Amino acid sequence: MKKTLSLREQYLLGKRKEKIKILAIQIAVLILFFGLWELLAQTGAIDSFVTSSPSRMLRTLKLLVRQDLFKHVGITLLECICGFVIATVLGTVIAILLWWSSTLRRVLEPYIVVLNSLPKIALGPIIIIWMGAGYQAIIAMTVLICIIVTIMSVLAGFMECDEDKILLMRTMGANKFQILFKLLLPATLPNLISVLKINVGLAWVGVIMGEYLVSSAGLGYLIIYGGQVFKLDLVMASTMILCLLAALMYLSVALVERHVKKSR
Amino acid sequence: MEILKIDNVSLIYQTNEAETEALRDVNLSIEEGEFVAIIGPSGCGKTTVLTLISGLMKPTSGAVYLDGEKIDNPVGDIGYMLQRDHLFPWRTILQNVLLGSEIQRKKTPEAIQYATDLLEKYGLGDFKKAYPKQLSGGMRQRAALIRTLASRPKILLLDEPFSALDYQTRLSVCDDVHRIIKSEKKTAVLVTHDISEAISLADRIVVLSSRPATVKKIYTPAIEGTPLHRREDESFSRWFDVIYKDVST
Repeated sequence: MKKTLSLREQYLLGKRKEKIKILAIQIAVLILFFGLWELLAQTGAIDSFVTSSPSRMLRTLKLLVRQDLFKHVGITLLECICGFVIATVLGTVIAILLWWSSTLRRVLEPYIVVLNSLPKIALGPIIIIWMGAGYQAIIAMTVLICIIVTIMSVLAGFMECDEDKILLMRTMGANKFQILFKLLLPATLPNLISVLKINVGLAWVGVIMGEYLVSSAGLGYLIIYGGQVFKLDLVMASTMILCLLAALMYLSVALVERHVKKSR
Repeated sequence: MEILKIDNVSLIYQTNEAETEALRDVNLSIEEGEFVAIIGPSGCGKTTVLTLISGLMKPTSGAVYLDGEKIDNPVGDIGYMLQRDHLFPWRTILQNVLLGSEIQRKKTPEAIQYATDLLEKYGLGDFKKAYPKQLSGGMRQRAALIRTLASRPKILLLDEPFSALDYQTRLSVCDDVHRIIKSEKKTAVLVTHDISEAISLADRIVVLSSRPATVKKIYTPAIEGTPLHRREDESFSRWFDVIYKDVST
């Protein structure tokens, strides 16, 4: 008994060691990357005017914090979350409508396919003219980029649902509403979660693209502005913050996913 | 008392490829409390008969009457059991069993009590708060049967409910289902391609011809006891031979 237990312990210990090892290497890669960058910049091996460097980025960040960094971060974050939420909710509602009416679905199918393959940035000028050159246009761009994927994956989830389960509910006398709320939506929850994960990435694409096109504030604006005036420190620092924000948003969706998985 | 009457039912259905005559002039009368098995060559339209009884499909001509009333739409008076249990993984066993009552807006304290009693009575009392994945295949199929019973249907329709189970489990679930249906005094129609399953379970066996299906013959084996006992009865293999010849020719 004791021997098997120690075997088990050895196994678990090995697993834990491996986990720590991976994490340590991950951190080491990060440190090495920034360290090398800084070193090369300090020794003049690379031109830090073009490549910037970690220390210059930090200096820029400190300066920005004293000025209006949080305003820029806040605006971008707000636009991103708005676009993300609107696209997810609206996309799901449209998917439900398409499931509800097979006529509507069959009529709209080719249009959705075309819209999906269309590069949404091409619609940028139209959006700006229609929505005005402000945050509305940026949110609209974000929604446009996320919504088609949302519609398609949620609808695919509905269509994949086991026919026999629907048959079973119909023999119990269920109407379409009951089939939707008691079967399809809970059954499609894993699809919805993976949609959220995809949308986190796409929403950032939409927001930054929108801010490139039209904006007077936000991280995308900082990046574009920095590029135009050749302040690479500003470009790099803003990009780093963007990385951090995207990672945080992804992590929160992953947290939701874990919670959902646990409860079923 | 006659509970189900299939009166001169024919069914022709259309697909892109062709027009198919599935059933022709099917007549069948089922008494209350009876266990009837329908067998026939594969693809002959056995399941179609159940679909008609459930009201999900309408016959091209003729009519089906349940308790004297013509069936037009699914109304929840029947309990349908399929090959797989189709328990919803996000619901507990009790919540699964109460699905029918919930849909029919009859989830009263009395209905919950009835469902709980059924689970207790048939050995799933400890699992009412468990999720389907925590149960074995046999137990899940028993839970599926209790789900069909919980909304107090007038008739149970069983569509090959054992064919997804392995042989050992199938025999014991077969016994289970027979015992539960008999003790609840329910009327049941079983569709199967397994002749020995039909003989071991049913009071009456209806043999359908190949497509377009008509009622070819009706047998009343009159072997008593549980399915396992019946399988051991000396007349079992004789009945098997007779019906086998009928199905295969």
